[in-house]
Amino acid sequence: MDVVVMARALFGSSLGFHIIYATIGVGLPVMIIIAEILYLIKKDSDYALMARRWTKGFAIILAVSIASGTIVGVMISLLFPSFMEIVGQVIALPFQMEIFAFLIEAVFMSIYLYAADRLPPKLRLVSIFAVALGAIASAILITDVHAWMNTPSGFRITPDGSITDVDTWAAFFNPSFITSALHVVFSAFMTVAFIIGSIAALRLLKKNISKEERNYHKKALTIALYFGLITSLATAINGHETAQKLHEYNPRKLAAAEGLFETTRYAPLSIGGYASLEDQRVKYAIEIPYALSFLAADRFDTEVKGLNEWPEELWPPLYVHILFNIMVGVGSVLIVIAMFALFWKLVLKKEYPPWLLALLVTGGPLGMIGIEAGWCFSCIGRQPWTITDVLRTGEAATHSNSVGFLFVLFITLYVTLIFATAFILKFYFKRNPVSLDLAKGES
Amino acid sequence: MEASSIAITILWSILFVYAMLGSLDFGAGFWGMVYGKNSQTNASIIANRFLSPAWEVTNVFMVILVVSVITFFPFATTLLASILLVPVALGLFLLTVRTTFMVFEHHADRFRNVLLVTSGVTGLLLPALLVSILPITLGGFVDFENEYPRLEYNELLAHPTLYMHVAFGLTTELFISAIFLMDYAKEADNWAAYHTFRKHAIWLGPVSVIIAVLTIGTFPTEAQWIVENIEANWIWFGLSIIAFLIGYGALFIKRENEQRGISRLAVVAIIVQYGLAIYAYGSAHLPYLVFPDLTVEESFTNANFSLILVVYAIGFGILIPGFILFWKLFLKDRRYLKQD
Ligand code: HDD
Ligand code: HEM
Ligand code: HEM
Repeated sequence: MDVVVMARALFGSSLGFHIIYATIGVGLPVMIIIAEILYLIKKDSDYALMARRWTKGFAIILAVSIASGTIVGVMISLLFPSFMEIVGQVIALPFQMEIFAFLIEAVFMSIYLYAADRLPPKLRLVSIFAVALGAIASAILITDVHAWMNTPSGFRITPDGSITDVDTWAAFFNPSFITSALHVVFSAFMTVAFIIGSIAALRLLKKNISKEERNYHKKALTIALYFGLITSLATAINGHETAQKLHEYNPRKLAAAEGLFETTRYAPLSIGGYASLEDQRVKYAIEIPYALSFLAADRFDTEVKGLNEWPEELWPPLYVHILFNIMVGVGSVLIVIAMFALFWKLVLKKEYPPWLLALLVTGGPLGMIGIEAGWCFSCIGRQPWTITDVLRTGEAATHSNSVGFLFVLFITLYVTLIFATAFILKFYFKRNPVSLDLAKGES
Repeated sequence: MEASSIAITILWSILFVYAMLGSLDFGAGFWGMVYGKNSQTNASIIANRFLSPAWEVTNVFMVILVVSVITFFPFATTLLASILLVPVALGLFLLTVRTTFMVFEHHADRFRNVLLVTSGVTGLLLPALLVSILPITLGGFVDFENEYPRLEYNELLAHPTLYMHVAFGLTTELFISAIFLMDYAKEADNWAAYHTFRKHAIWLGPVSVIIAVLTIGTFPTEAQWIVENIEANWIWFGLSIIAFLIGYGALFIKRENEQRGISRLAVVAIIVQYGLAIYAYGSAHLPYLVFPDLTVEESFTNANFSLILVVYAIGFGILIPGFILFWKLFLKDRRYLKQD
């Protein structure tokens, strides 16, 4: 394979790996805060136990998250040096601010973890707040760079390729920054909520657990469902705004997302199917008349640009339509699942039957699939550009011929680590089951 | 001072802090392995207790280092990335294995032995890889092929200076960590461990200084420029040797309780020793980042430099209180130090 393709594959997989852990790193501290606060309000020691057990899981995840984050942080400069040369001049600010966010997160996490039993409760809450703030800030800041790649601003580039007229704040507050940052944070919150829900539902499916343990898991599931529903609604509403930003600033990407070839008013929304070049339309899709025009700018007669407005060599791969649909599909399905489960609990006031629990188990994995699909859509949908309409991926990438060997090395590492984390989490929680912790709390 | 000189000084200071923290962190891993199986001395416990909370801070400093290169010297990224891809990527690989194992072990002590070996072996390999970057910047190992820079692995691997640099890096790492852990053991009132680390510091000190001087003799012929600069800077290197002698001497002074060695003085003097040496070496390296292709001036950013400085100032203003809290909890708190 050619070096550029290898570099892209290596970097894409590294990020795909990092984001699994990073998402949990952003969402889980917030869940821990919720549990700690519920404990303060309700004085129910189950919530304190939840916070403690989630923290143990978080510590394991955080290690891989920091390690893989360090990999991507360094690798981005190694594999895409010409890109970083521009980043360094125009949008280095978020990177600088980010390290301090990392440090805050790392220092306070050490404090929360290794010194928790030596801290007064208030200082403990302060530490976990600092951890959450650090994680959210770092997610927002890195998303800023990513948003800038999609909607570059705050500089001019001369024909010979040098950068002039840098306006740091214009780059920082580029047009898609706020919507993108909110989208990333909301989707991380919702995904972690549904992961917690999955684990609780999985435990509740077990037959022979004690009443105390059942109550404990039910409480966890309830937190997960409420928080999951709120954040998934927020993700969808804000996702809609994100799509409107595409209409305004990246119409080519929107056209690829929707598989629209000809510029149209009253454009229909195609759900599912695949975009076919020969047929110049999305095949096997469900079409909702006028919906795309309405989504793009809140009016049925909005003109939505089609791919044929641009030469074919500037099109992203057509399969991004599928990635986009997976993401939106996940969001819609999870909203429905959460609403349905809460309806069952609050209105019907019945126990969750096994089939409903089984459905809830799928929530966490679905959320993670949504995250991966969303990022891949956004990065692949930007192709052939690394910085939209400024720098092509082919020019951004390294020319070193060692990338192939590194690709094999790192993929092996990632696969091993996914299994190792799963194994360690399982090992740890098997040795320290909830029943044991609950019994300890009694005595 | 010119803006680019301020920038390289900041970068070099971050490198200094990382070199110190990295020596401690990686060295502690090595000592933990050496004494892991020997239950007579609990030197391994001291080393590992220090290691548990410290690696995160070390790791963040490595990220700061990389980000600072990009923000201060964006025009250096292309060349540096091309020649350093393989050594740095291998370093990342090892670092990841080390970090994850360390935390996994914390949660599943059944794997203690695997961890001890991993953190010990990576504690040697990582600094060896990192210090091998130094000779690459001296000149003679980079070639251009259709305008793309390439590192000449064959020449580098065949050159004695690489191995002297590695020997220098490793003895320095072990010396610094032995001195520091000695002080840490004293803080924990663990005199058996204290004497183990003191014993090692006594032989490692002179060895590391001698190797450092010999390494200069093996510099490639292309690096004559830096040898001249080093000779011109001899005062600073001389002061560094004096600091070393003070610190080394402190190892032999008797305390009130009849134990030998004033470890805190030794730590401070050794930090001063390396501080002086690293800044003197850094100024001898000027004006080049990589000889002869890349100078500090050419690679310096054209972005708003004062804004960058403000961000760094605010950032460190937030961090320093965090560090103080951290220091109090892990390095000073007797309940953490002396848990069984
Ligand atoms: C959704 C959010 C998100 C996304 C898209 C990314 N990260 Fe990340 N990253 C985090 C969220 C995060 C985090 C959850 O905030 C972590 C995990 C632990 C931590 O300290 O921060 C983190 C860790 C982390 C670290 C380690 C920090 C340390 O040493 O403590 C680095 C260097 C990066 N990231 C760099 C990157 C780069 C260069 C990315 C993309 C090109 C990237 N991250 C994508
Ligand atoms: C439900 C309706 C949703 C809509 C309309 C929507 C819309 C969008 C759009 C248009 C983008 C591309 C932004 C760009 O490239 O500039 C995007 C990206 C993304 N989406 Fe969604 N999304 C939805 C749900 C979700 C869900 C449920 C998740 C995850 C669980 C998710 C995760 C992401 C991620 C991680 C990105 C990449 C980051 C970014 O560019 O903002 N989205 N979304
Ligand atoms: C963490 C979730 C992310 C995932 C899963 C992801 C996925 C990918 C994939 C699959 C590619 C290869 C695209 C191709 O070449 O066809 C890619 C490229 C890239 N991404 Fe992302 N991405 C993520 C986040 C980010 C962020 C936050 C940034 C910016 C800071 C970023 C910057 C880049 C760059 C520089 C490239 C290489 C150049 C290019 O192909 O355009 N990515 N990413």
